[in-house]
Amino acid sequence: MRLAKLVLALAAASCLGSSVNAADKVKVGFLSTLSGPGAGLGVDIRDGFNLAIKHQGGKLGGLPAEVIIADDQQKPEVAQQITEKFLKKDKVDFMTGIVFSNIMLAAGQPIFDSKTFFISANAGPSQYAGDQCNPYFFNVAWQNDNLHEAVGKYVNDKGFKNVVLVAPNYPGGKDAMVGFKRFYKGKVGEEVYTKLGQLDYAAELTQIRSLKPDAVFFFLPGGMGINFVKQFVAAGLSADTQLFAPGFSADEDVIKAVGAPMLGMFNSSHWAHDMQNAENKRFVADFQKEFGRLPSLYASQGYDAALLIDAAVRDVKGKLDDKEAVRKALEAKRFKSVRGDFKFNTNHYPVQDYYLRVIGRDDQGRITNKTIGTVFSNHADAYVAQCKMK
Amino acid sequence: MTQLILEQALNGLQFGLMLFLLAAGLTLVFGIMDMINLAHGSLYMVGAYLAAEVTQASGSFITGVGVAMLGTAVLAVVLEVVLLRRLYARNHLAQVLATFALILIANECVRIVWGAQTLMLNAPDALSGPVRIGGFLYPSYRLLIIGVGALIAGLLYVLVARTRIGMWVRAGASNREMTEALGINVRLLFTAVFAFGAALCALAGAMLGPLLAVQVGMGESILILAFVVIVIGGIGSIRGALVGSLLVGLVDTLGRAMLPAMLRALFSPEVASSLGPALASVLIYVLMAAILFWRPEGLFPARA
Repeated sequence: MRLAKLVLALAAASCLGSSVNAADKVKVGFLSTLSGPGAGLGVDIRDGFNLAIKHQGGKLGGLPAEVIIADDQQKPEVAQQITEKFLKKDKVDFMTGIVFSNIMLAAGQPIFDSKTFFISANAGPSQYAGDQCNPYFFNVAWQNDNLHEAVGKYVNDKGFKNVVLVAPNYPGGKDAMVGFKRFYKGKVGEEVYTKLGQLDYAAELTQIRSLKPDAVFFFLPGGMGINFVKQFVAAGLSADTQLFAPGFSADEDVIKAVGAPMLGMFNSSHWAHDMQNAENKRFVADFQKEFGRLPSLYASQGYDAALLIDAAVRDVKGKLDDKEAVRKALEAKRFKSVRGDFKFNTNHYPVQDYYLRVIGRDDQGRITNKTIGTVFSNHADAYVAQCKMK
Repeated sequence: MTQLILEQALNGLQFGLMLFLLAAGLTLVFGIMDMINLAHGSLYMVGAYLAAEVTQASGSFITGVGVAMLGTAVLAVVLEVVLLRRLYARNHLAQVLATFALILIANECVRIVWGAQTLMLNAPDALSGPVRIGGFLYPSYRLLIIGVGALIAGLLYVLVARTRIGMWVRAGASNREMTEALGINVRLLFTAVFAFGAALCALAGAMLGPLLAVQVGMGESILILAFVVIVIGGIGSIRGALVGSLLVGLVDTLGRAMLPAMLRALFSPEVASSLGPALASVLIYVLMAAILFWRPEGLFPARA
């Protein structure tokens, strides 16, 4: 017992001693959903993140990068335990990777309390964009509502009059409905909330059939969306009902699983693999070489998250203990994103363009997305006014 | 409106019949051997994985289903002979602990063999579209599931109620000692029943694979429902399992479909949209609680 205490004291002392000067490496706690139906998202973010580090020669901001990867199993309580370990045992400098907003909201507070920066490569809950905005939270992707706003505007402009909305019953799903309705002014036939992680949509599809909408908007990321589209087609609904989705439910992971029934589906995104800037061309080509598949928007977000950390670490010359300086460096965003240019708003969420894509066959015959237009330019989220960033 | 209710009833029937495949094996094992087998869901998972693997390799869904049923039955025999046999004489707590350990072991093994990510199992192309029944379209694959489920239910009824083996099984369920005293090889009977239950599990896993997802831990959530079913139906009773499954299937489906709309008539849209899904997901437990209140032995108790 006495020995154990001594070891503990020594360990504590050594931890104190090591953090006076510039760090000799950058530790990133990568917590994401890597198993279950949501795993496709986490895997893509992870692969994008790792590819960026590889492009930087295994470093972040010139310092050797150590990425500790953990699976949250899409369970908030598991995420909280791993977060605790990342913060107390591993003493990470940055955290990233969380896919789902309910998990983000469950794990967020301890991260901010310990003054660790969280660079979100996906989850962008409205709470953290508005009155709960935090100096230690940055979202490099979008605010949850944004992609849905873009679809809502397109569906509205196209003159659809009766739309049924489907989303899981969790914070991200609620943001989706709110976002869609912000720009869609027609009639909402029904707002169908499903259980998060639900895979059988028989009851919901029957309900949709009886409502006879002219379009269905669904936000069901990962395996949920794969099953929804398959069952939508199997139920014969695709013949006279148009499907619309944000890019989440119409990117490479879903296309690969569903195939031809996805053809002709319109969706929104802040990034696309056919964007013609030099950074994106390199990212898409190397991602395919490394992993043998086209990157999804999730992969692009993971890639950008790593580049943001890389630029900030370089800016502060490795002095990661100077939190104020790190924050300023992150806000300055001195890197070239694969989506082209964007900047951070005062709530640390991006102000950027949103595009419309359609799923078709490319010149190699693959079924994939093609960018066809811009829906919003320099679009900010709707919650920034409520954010009083300290 | 009638069409809507009819279609939802079909959905409920489809879900209920698949639950029945799981609950039938579970209720026999529980009723005859007095053994709580939490790992029943793991057999369902293994069945689904085998079906996905073999279907992908052979290109034939039917082969996949067949191999999955056979393979899972063989695994069940090994499991029964090596481990479960030692647990029959123990109390329920020991059985729960041991079979819970089996769940963890099974999940980890599957993760090692097939990885943590979801496997894809697609319905045969011929069944990927809808068919027209009466005035409306219905997914043909779900219709197949209803057919297979009804067929198995019928076969089980004949097997249990009309054959000699069925008589032994019923006898074993109502009085084990007496059955043994009459010279029935109960040990062999147990192994056979367990293997048969496992094959039904695998059938359910394989049939539901294309509708759900083949993934680690898929057995746990459905196992809870299967337990609800046998508690409602009465432990050890096949008829109870069938009625319980259909009740749970219908209540769950109709609840999910109708409850939010009904609540919207009573409350504001915000309250209804958050209360509806929450209430719908606890509806079957309310049903179970109500049945336990009035009929603590279940609807069709085997040991009447």
